[in-house]
Amino acid sequence: MSTATLNPAPGAAPALPADDTRIGLRAHLRHLGALTRRNLMRIKADPESMLDALLVPVIMIVLFVYVFGGAMAADQHTYMQYMVPGLLGTTGLNLAMALGTGLNTDFQTGVMDRFRTLPIGRSTVLLSKMIAETLRAVVAFAVLIGFAMILGMDIVGGPLKLLAAVGLSLVFGASLMWVSMLLGMSLRSAQAVQGMSMLVMMPLQFGSSIFARPSTMPGWLEAFTEHNPLSALADACRALINDQPVGNSVLTVLIWAAAITVVTAPLAVARFRKRT
Amino acid sequence: MTRIDRNAVEVHGIVKHYGETKALDGVDLAVREGTVLGLLGPNGAGKTTLVRVLSTLIKPDAGTAFVGGYDVLRQPKQLRRTIGLTGQYASVDEALSGYENLYLIGRLLDLSAKDAKARAFELLERFSLTDAAKRPAKGYSGGMRRRLDLAASMIGRPKVLYLDEPTTGLDPRTRNEVWDEVQRMVGEGSTVLLTTQYMEEAEQLADELTVIDKGRVIAGGGIQELKTQVGGQSLQVRPTRPAELPEMARSLQEAGIPATFSEESGLLSVHLTDEGQLTTVIGVLGTRGFGVAGIDTKLPSLDEVFLTITGKSSVPAQARDKEPVA
Repeated sequence: MSTATLNPAPGAAPALPADDTRIGLRAHLRHLGALTRRNLMRIKADPESMLDALLVPVIMIVLFVYVFGGAMAADQHTYMQYMVPGLLGTTGLNLAMALGTGLNTDFQTGVMDRFRTLPIGRSTVLLSKMIAETLRAVVAFAVLIGFAMILGMDIVGGPLKLLAAVGLSLVFGASLMWVSMLLGMSLRSAQAVQGMSMLVMMPLQFGSSIFARPSTMPGWLEAFTEHNPLSALADACRALINDQPVGNSVLTVLIWAAAITVVTAPLAVARFRKRT
Repeated sequence: MTRIDRNAVEVHGIVKHYGETKALDGVDLAVREGTVLGLLGPNGAGKTTLVRVLSTLIKPDAGTAFVGGYDVLRQPKQLRRTIGLTGQYASVDEALSGYENLYLIGRLLDLSAKDAKARAFELLERFSLTDAAKRPAKGYSGGMRRRLDLAASMIGRPKVLYLDEPTTGLDPRTRNEVWDEVQRMVGEGSTVLLTTQYMEEAEQLADELTVIDKGRVIAGGGIQELKTQVGGQSLQVRPTRPAELPEMARSLQEAGIPATFSEESGLLSVHLTDEGQLTTVIGVLGTRGFGVAGIDTKLPSLDEVFLTITGKSSVPAQARDKEPVA
């Protein structure tokens, strides 16, 4: 047999079928399950990352409630009822920031290239990371709330309102996952992503109503704080847990989450498509 | 077994530019089914870029390429079911154990949970990783990691395997293990595209060679073919009286034959460029009465071939510049 090719010569009529192996929904779900499992195993393999997510809020509670609590409010319990719900709000967002770090690592180590040579949808890789981070956030919430309750925090609003606060925090955290993704794909190393996330998060966290009432701050900072979405999130969680009127704080958080998603999700997806 | 002369990989005029850098500048090559093509070239020649194009990791600026009959641009998903990749970059997850890495890839290749598990254990066994199966890959030695990489690329029983510098940085023993495994895969019918910088590796594994430099193919063919193409044979003469070496060389040079000698090895070397020269050398040495203890002709080593080809690559490259680029 003379040399024959498996395909028509270049220039011949393009009789090739398009990429006909559409990935079915069940295959997608199977891939998603396998990749989510992988992400969870990564967390298991690197317990320090979980420690970070759990220990930081615990230390913050102890530090703020017992060190500053007495100075900040009438007593430590009052301050705990004020501060812990706000801290709860930011838990989801700290974890959202881990997504970018993980994504960056996958690109750097070549794991992403391995996935890209497999017949799976590229969005599955992303989605699996979001699911894993969300699960991690749920664990972090449980630990944080449990710890605060041991220290004597009251869930005045009851379990449903507590769930609403957690849900709101997750929704806002999900919108920040896109920002984190963008950072993760734009910066060179995982450390840079982490550093950058810190740089963004620190002023946002402290320049908010989480730890202190904005009315006690100088005018310029008060203006910043009032428009900081984390203030709205802290106010909403606080109102829900302490069973107070939420005002428009919940709506403000949802609008912020939607706005951040609308702006950053297409950018992040475009960047991801370009790199994959 | 019948020989099937079909091409598992076909590359036509692939171009990939990064700004001013022409990583690939019109590459053509083919790998016959069931054979190993050694892709040789210095660092930055474009070997890895080509493998990335053929694995659908990057899109070429121009040209077409088919792997297993699938178009890299239009049928990427089907193509991905055909290939396996072990490279400097496509890597395993270090945080996961060897078993978990293989199981994950099996699931992503649509094996059932049971089959993925069985396949993972089968490959771990085959690559002598069973004992390390449950340990995180970050604790593996270089050789174990490379074997896990190879195993990972074989989960889906790919028809075409890309091995991008599979033994770079490995000790000789591990390197031999990897070679054995590659030969075994070829024996089972896989087609292999192997990039390497080691001539010994190419000589050991490849059926045919393609040499690329600066994004262009500068030579290709069978190993013997390439060696003769580069320039005949080298003749080595061992004199009975080593002291006569300088005089022997001078006599040959007078006869118009460039000869060199090494007092260290006690050998006189002549680079033969045409067949008549051998007769002349023997004639000159005989009439002058030099004693000859031994005489040997040999093809140049692949290292010499490689250096010769890449050294003079600028000349044919300029010649090709005049041709229209497809």
